[in-house]
Amino acid sequence: MNFYDDNDSLKFHLTHPDMLKIAAMKEQDFVEHGKYGDAPANAEEALENYGRVLSLVGEIAGEVVAPNAEEVDHEGPRIEENKVVYAKGTQQNYDVLKKSGLFGISMPRCYHGLNFPYVPFIMTTEIISRADTGFATIWSLQDCAETVSEFADQALKDKFLPRIYEGATCSMDLTEPDAGSDLQAVRLKATFDEAANCWRLNGVKRFITNGGADLHLVLARSEEGTLDGRGLSYFLYDRADGGLTVRRLENKMGIKGSPTAELVFNNAPAHLIGERRFGLIKYVMTLMNDARLGVGSQSVGLSEVACREAEAYAAEREQFGQAIVRFPAVRDLLMTMRARTDATRTLLYETSRMVDLYKAYEAKGKNMTPEERAAYKAALRSADILTPILKLSASEFANRNAYDCIQVHGGSGFMKEYACERLYRDARILSIYEGTSQLQVVAAQKGIANGTYLSKIEEYDSRPLHGSLEPLRAQLREATENCKALLELPNSEEQGYDFKRMQTDVIAAIIMAYLLLSDSQRQLDGDESCSRSFLPSARYMAAYARAESVRCLAMAKSYSV
Amino acid sequence: MNYQIVVLIKQVPDTQNVGPDAMNADGTVNRAALPAIFNPEDLKALEMALQIKEQYPGSVITVLTMGPERASAIIRDALSRGADRGIIISDARFAGSDTLATSYALACAIRKIGEFDMVLGGRQAIDGDTAQVGPQVAEKLDLPQITYAERLLELNGKHIVLTRRLDNGVETVEAELPVLVTVTASAPDCRYPHAHLLLKNAKAQAEIWNADAIRPEIERLGLKGSPTKVKKIDNVVLAHKEGVQVECSEAGINGLVMTLVQDHIIG
Repeated sequence: MNFYDDNDSLKFHLTHPDMLKIAAMKEQDFVEHGKYGDAPANAEEALENYGRVLSLVGEIAGEVVAPNAEEVDHEGPRIEENKVVYAKGTQQNYDVLKKSGLFGISMPRCYHGLNFPYVPFIMTTEIISRADTGFATIWSLQDCAETVSEFADQALKDKFLPRIYEGATCSMDLTEPDAGSDLQAVRLKATFDEAANCWRLNGVKRFITNGGADLHLVLARSEEGTLDGRGLSYFLYDRADGGLTVRRLENKMGIKGSPTAELVFNNAPAHLIGERRFGLIKYVMTLMNDARLGVGSQSVGLSEVACREAEAYAAEREQFGQAIVRFPAVRDLLMTMRARTDATRTLLYETSRMVDLYKAYEAKGKNMTPEERAAYKAALRSADILTPILKLSASEFANRNAYDCIQVHGGSGFMKEYACERLYRDARILSIYEGTSQLQVVAAQKGIANGTYLSKIEEYDSRPLHGSLEPLRAQLREATENCKALLELPNSEEQGYDFKRMQTDVIAAIIMAYLLLSDSQRQLDGDESCSRSFLPSARYMAAYARAESVRCLAMAKSYSV
Repeated sequence: MNYQIVVLIKQVPDTQNVGPDAMNADGTVNRAALPAIFNPEDLKALEMALQIKEQYPGSVITVLTMGPERASAIIRDALSRGADRGIIISDARFAGSDTLATSYALACAIRKIGEFDMVLGGRQAIDGDTAQVGPQVAEKLDLPQITYAERLLELNGKHIVLTRRLDNGVETVEAELPVLVTVTASAPDCRYPHAHLLLKNAKAQAEIWNADAIRPEIERLGLKGSPTKVKKIDNVVLAHKEGVQVECSEAGINGLVMTLVQDHIIG
């Protein structure tokens, strides 16, 4: 089994027309070709390289990670002598991926990385999550390298980035008992030790994913007497330096292979990343957006495996003398699940492309031409508004897919024998961690208020379409009109949040449907990289967006009376 | 200490994953319908070589195959897993080789490669299942041979100690270097390709040697050098009509035993 080769919708998104430009910018016009044996000579070769590595990850996901998933779920991690010991299968997954040189996908080549942009890195997370969503959390924490690479000084980079490639595990230590969604309330104390010429960390962190890691990025209060986010800085702590106790591991409902730890820092020596006071307001905010992209990809991976488990069961299970897939009630469920997966996947890679584009422009710094500066701002704006609706929709749809996957299995799905019950448990955290669905709605408010979402929708709407897709565009125009009416309604005081939630959901549905129209258009233009047509999913999402807009408008009107 | 290691590999049709069109009407293998893969036990031999290289970093692994130029695919695969050099011996004059002619050509190529400490290979290939090529190469190069090797226990510059997996148990044997070892299916799986090597070797071309390059006695190559002649090929299809349902009772079992005794199968 190869989880990349058997899923050509990934190839479809990897070969999106913008990818050549993204590859060329990431490679800075291929300056490293000739210097490193694996650096590409041109954009086409870069894309081929992405595909090759994705195929390797797909092979390992299909042959190692997926077969280990069930036992990992049963065994889970444990604490031994203040160290977190992974389940046997988790350790094997890690070792195999490490041996293949895959911890450093987006790191620069000078630190042994592959220098891949976000799109292919996010694809690896989707692929790994399809195999085991819990393991995907550990896998995607290699992205901590990105934070170090982007914000730490040269000495820290030189010291720690090679270690991540060599397999040092990572964690991001943000949450505390009294600082969850409200990270401004972080209290863990950082004081500068003049004698030892280093920072010292003291305090407690809770719910830390991969908390037994070798390297920790820790958010701490460095400015005594401050109470808000402006007193927080970001630190790199090396487990080898001592001063950390793993107090307990949580007993969780899902992603049980992923250790979630409570940590006590006791005079632990640490290095400051970047500048003081920028910890939360700059560094964590940046990596939080990356992390939300990560949860989006975990969600799409889970949606994909839920589809596949349901499709396989429905083809095999017979009732009334035929496979249950032949019954409309089951067939339609499968179709809806597939549409949700296609819709959130296309939003995932649209968002990832925008992140790639703005980061590529950003890397040019002051050398940007005015046109490039405009393109940078547009990409950054798009990434900012797409990220919350991606995190919101992908995680909520993944939960619905996990629910429907059990439904297709009927009574058997309620038993522990089938993977679907694990998927159901694993999905549940997706709409909670790295910012709950409710916080994503809050994050979307700015884009709603200043009209950025509506102008994005207009931009999608202005794309040329094949005549056969026009009826779907008409539905989406109607949905957009309803959406505008919904945005103009006076906000009801008693249902203020619900209003916002409905607005955000409708906007997300319209955007996903437009993206599926563009995908269908690409196929009508002759793109054959995906053997399956996206048209059924586009039809479903267009109808869904329109229906949601009608429903939400009616409900909001009832409240505002 | 480091070692010069030659690993014999072969590209074979994937007979373990056969589809409905895997066989031609005349009973021969429809090679076009089967994907070409790295012979599984050769991958295990490569892993043994890679483990030696891991322990003795200066060691050099050369993979060698006889076959058409499209065998470059498995050479690239071997390079992406950590082999250092890949050679294909390829020539129309090799066509029709049986195991004798094949082992002769491989032995000539190994001599041309030069100094070596060990030749490793899979126990057998899944297309022919003869398990003869390895031992015949050893004979031609006048090397001690260890077949059915499973695990490497010791290597000290002069000697190698390995376990052999046999029907009735595990045997530990020692041999002097240079040696030829064939590795069996229960040996550790080969590692996956390494990302950097995969990209670096994505378009690598194997060195291709023709018959003249290995300086053979030409009459010992190909069809001429192959005493094995295929008389005919039978398409054996196991049909259900030859099956007998035995009732699960004392009488049923007695009847089965009686039949087996009468047919002189037992007793």
